[in-house]
Amino acid sequence: MRLNLLSEFEPILLANIHREHSHTLRVYEEQGGYRSLKRVLADQPREAFRDLIKGSALRGRGGAGFPCGLKWTFLPENHPGPVYFCLNADESEPGTFNNRILMEEDPHQVLEGLILSCYATKASTAYIYLRYEYPLAYKRLQSAIDELYAAGYLGDAVCGSEFSLNIYLHRGAAAYICGEETGLIESLEGRRAWPRIKPPFPAVEGAFRKPTVVNNVETAACVKQIADRGVDWFRSLGTPPDPNNPRDPGSFGPKLYCLSGHVEKPGCYEAPLGITVSELINDFGGGVWKGRKAKAAVPGGISMGLLTADELDCKLDFSGPGKYGCLGLGTAAVVVLDETVSIVDFLHNTCRFFAHESCGQCTPCREGTSWSLKMLDRIRAGQGRLLDLDLLLEIGDFIGIMPGTTICGLADGAAWPIKNAIRKFRDEFEQYIKRTNPTGYMETSPPLALELHSIH
Amino acid sequence: MAIVLINGQEVEIGDDERLNGIQVAARVGVEVPHYCWHPGLSVVASCRMCLVETGKRDADSGEISMLPKLVPGCQTPARDGTVFVTDSEKVRQARAMVEEDLLIRHPVDCPICDKAGECHLQDYHFEHGRSERRADIKPFHSRRRELGDTVALFVDRCVMCTRCVRFTREVSGDAELMVVHRGAHEEIDVFPGFPLENKLSGNVVDLCPVGALGDLDFLYSQRVWFMKQHASVCAGCSTGCSIQVEENQDRIHRLKPRENPHINQWWMCDEGRYGWKYVHDNARCLAPRQKIEGVLQPLDWSDAPAALHAALTGEAGENSNSKNSPPKNSNSKKRRLAAVLSPFLTVEEAYLLATYIRQYDENAVLALGRIPQAGADESFPNGFTIRAEKCPNRRGVEMLLSALTGDVLSWESFLEQAAETPFDAVWISGGYPPADGNDAASKEEESLAPELLAGLASSTLIVQDLFASALWRQADIQLPGAAFVERSGSFVNAGNRLQSFEWAIRPPAGVMTEGQLYWRLLDRDGLYNARRVLEDVAREHIAFAAATSEIPATGVDLLLNQLV
Ligand SMILES: Cc1cc2nc3c(=O)[nH]c(=O)nc-3n(C[C@H](O)[C@H](O)[C@H](O)COP(=O)(O)O)c2cc1C
Ligand code: SF4
Ligand code: SF4
Ligand code: FES
Repeated sequence: MRLNLLSEFEPILLANIHREHSHTLRVYEEQGGYRSLKRVLADQPREAFRDLIKGSALRGRGGAGFPCGLKWTFLPENHPGPVYFCLNADESEPGTFNNRILMEEDPHQVLEGLILSCYATKASTAYIYLRYEYPLAYKRLQSAIDELYAAGYLGDAVCGSEFSLNIYLHRGAAAYICGEETGLIESLEGRRAWPRIKPPFPAVEGAFRKPTVVNNVETAACVKQIADRGVDWFRSLGTPPDPNNPRDPGSFGPKLYCLSGHVEKPGCYEAPLGITVSELINDFGGGVWKGRKAKAAVPGGISMGLLTADELDCKLDFSGPGKYGCLGLGTAAVVVLDETVSIVDFLHNTCRFFAHESCGQCTPCREGTSWSLKMLDRIRAGQGRLLDLDLLLEIGDFIGIMPGTTICGLADGAAWPIKNAIRKFRDEFEQYIKRTNPTGYMETSPPLALELHSIH
Repeated sequence: MAIVLINGQEVEIGDDERLNGIQVAARVGVEVPHYCWHPGLSVVASCRMCLVETGKRDADSGEISMLPKLVPGCQTPARDGTVFVTDSEKVRQARAMVEEDLLIRHPVDCPICDKAGECHLQDYHFEHGRSERRADIKPFHSRRRELGDTVALFVDRCVMCTRCVRFTREVSGDAELMVVHRGAHEEIDVFPGFPLENKLSGNVVDLCPVGALGDLDFLYSQRVWFMKQHASVCAGCSTGCSIQVEENQDRIHRLKPRENPHINQWWMCDEGRYGWKYVHDNARCLAPRQKIEGVLQPLDWSDAPAALHAALTGEAGENSNSKNSPPKNSNSKKRRLAAVLSPFLTVEEAYLLATYIRQYDENAVLALGRIPQAGADESFPNGFTIRAEKCPNRRGVEMLLSALTGDVLSWESFLEQAAETPFDAVWISGGYPPADGNDAASKEEESLAPELLAGLASSTLIVQDLFASALWRQADIQLPGAAFVERSGSFVNAGNRLQSFEWAIRPPAGVMTEGQLYWRLLDRDGLYNARRVLEDVAREHIAFAAATSEIPATGVDLLLNQLV
């Protein structure tokens, strides 16, 4: 993944990745690595460091954008322990690969952030739950952890302090749902990654029924950068809170944007939170490929929904995509669809992903995702009916934690592309159905399922 | 006292009661449909059939603020001021949608499904579902595979509530069942080579809200709407699970556990569940007989009182002009009598038999019948226990014996006593299931070995039992007895809990239940009335004082109530 920095923004999270042997402890230390860790361990009480992160208003980079310091304060006070820390490295949101670059090219940045986060949360054991399909990241992280043990950064008495920490690298179970924090915990414990009902939240009862913090890889990297550069630097980047919304903590700091799809130069780019989708496409990605025009873009991984070509001035911060009817910023992974793409195909592919990945616990998600896929299968086979669009929307509006019908957010992620695609591109769907099924598009009685003898 | 609002109606619940939305609603007769939630299992809140609206009523202003989204009633605790709405349009739509979802891939093969008639999917669909299918039409498909020797899985009927999986993890503890595959491809299965074979396996069939799990013993034997249900008590062991006997025209088709928080919660063991077959066994003793001059002759039930009278008094039966009433001031030589009260008799029957014998000999020896034992008590993770003592009423008979004689004479001691000083006549009651080759059976054979029974050789022997045995063959009068489902009365379980029940089926032709026979022998009017007998027992004997008033469906604790 090559970087192209068209904006004048000086990358911070990605500053090291082009150096030779950037993944080694030696190179990392040459660039000042682990200096902050030593300083914090020597001079800064845990509470002070935790409050520092809280004061930075750092929001989780894993998808939900929950304020990181606030999450840490949910841990019960004076708990006898152990407290566990899970680093969520399961990165499976389509279009998303920023965690991968950090882990492959600069694992020590992630590990320093992780050690600092454990220090702040009194965790003495950390698990890195790594996406199974990341073999290089696995290798690099493991050798980085080995280096740290050898150098006294891990184990008993980290850097000679009273703090001790062990980090275990756990290869995931190769499913999207393993990235949902409680699914991750179940999987870590050796079971199917079936998300747990909340409450209790992991901070109160998580891994092995003990208080647990789950944070994303990029979140940890940000923690390290805040320790290096301070809160003022962090808050100088990004979008301040909306004065009209007392509950908006703002969107501060640098962000790794993953740009893919029909652009000239796909890649992972770093910029402050709050750049617009068109800035990302044009300033970083060299514009839509082949001189074509964009038809739509996914704002933050496909579970966030769809922006139309007219909506590309959407700001990529935690409150931007919501203003355009999308679910949120998600992983800030932008996927561009050019004018040749059929939205019907896009939605079909999206539905296939979620039907495949639904863990199957909740009836509305399990059946809703597979039903919607079956309808799109049929539509693409030239047997669509206009009624199907209403049914799809009904499913989209029904499933998810927002309407309260499911345990986890996967269902919301499955719903949003359906709702956005059909509501924003209804014409195209109707045209498609009328064109491909000229005699039956008005049909309302239930049609025969496509493969009459399949079981599902 | 906490106040919860259900559809605008106030419900008071105790401060220390921890109830969810489904449970409080049930308090006021509002049913919240549910699949995955079961009071005896952990909460997973995954089926989403129980979706309701919830909110909070402000204690001071009385103002109600509702949550904008739906919540699962099973997962939402009821606290003071909690508001539940279960009948709004939003809730109705959600239920219809979940029902529709569950039926997308369901084979709807109700006509050949054992669960039809008691299926939640059917009932809820009728009440909450849409009238028309909107999903694509799928051809009928229903795969079947055996999960073990007791249960078959009809794969495509499953609604993935995971009750069965949680049961094997949380209650029986063997965790044989699991979910395989993902999403809409999910299925229940066992790990290859590890079938469902725990001793509580049959419970998963009761738990299954749909027809996905079929009881191989019951499968296709009866449509559920033909059966009548009778509350009863299992006689399989001294746990005495509360059960429901389901029969059609005096033929049992299955037993099911009946909820009893004091004994078996919602469960029963397979041994008890399938252990009723002997009731309909062709080998059952069906005709009373009497030995006349060493040869067994048929005895008519109407002649039985006279024959028994003769046997107990030693007077020549046929020519006696007495009206079968016990001798008042008999100048004949005082006869030494004994009665053995079986642990299969109800308290009432045991009491009547003792009363009858003591009319002939007020010092008649009363002993406790043979106690069948097998293995050791076995407890499961949630506390359910299968007892080694394979009879339902040892405690009841013991308590009665202590009350009547101040002591409990065991079967073994009784036999020793009989060997030392033979009795003139002995009445031995039974009701034992047949010896069937398990280790209880070998024990039975041991305790009925000819050398042990030798002491009874010189006595006039009256034996009342279900099946022929060494003892039965030695009897001078053979009286076929009733099985537990044919009796009325009360059993006291190992935990001193007395449960009363009525007969569920009539005994086969030729059999008179113990209760009815004793009632008649005591010259009481009409039909045997167990409740009236128990009232007498409770009045006369302090140990049974707790049984004075009506016995609740879950029974009474005799010890606990005695202390009060
Ligand atoms: C279906 C689903 C998949 C998710 N996958 C990931 C993932 O791969 N990586 C991740 O960091 N967070 C993922 N999340 C979000 C996590 O649940 C959680 O919010 C996050 O790890 C918290 O870290 P943060 O606060 O640092 O963002 C997922 C959430 C859902 C609902
Ligand atoms: S919402 Fe979907 S993915 Fe999430 S727990 Fe429920 S069934 Fe599983
Ligand atoms: S088999 Fe029955 S009990 Fe088991 S998950 Fe399926 S529906 Fe539920
Ligand atoms: S009963 Fe509440 S979700 Fe299943």
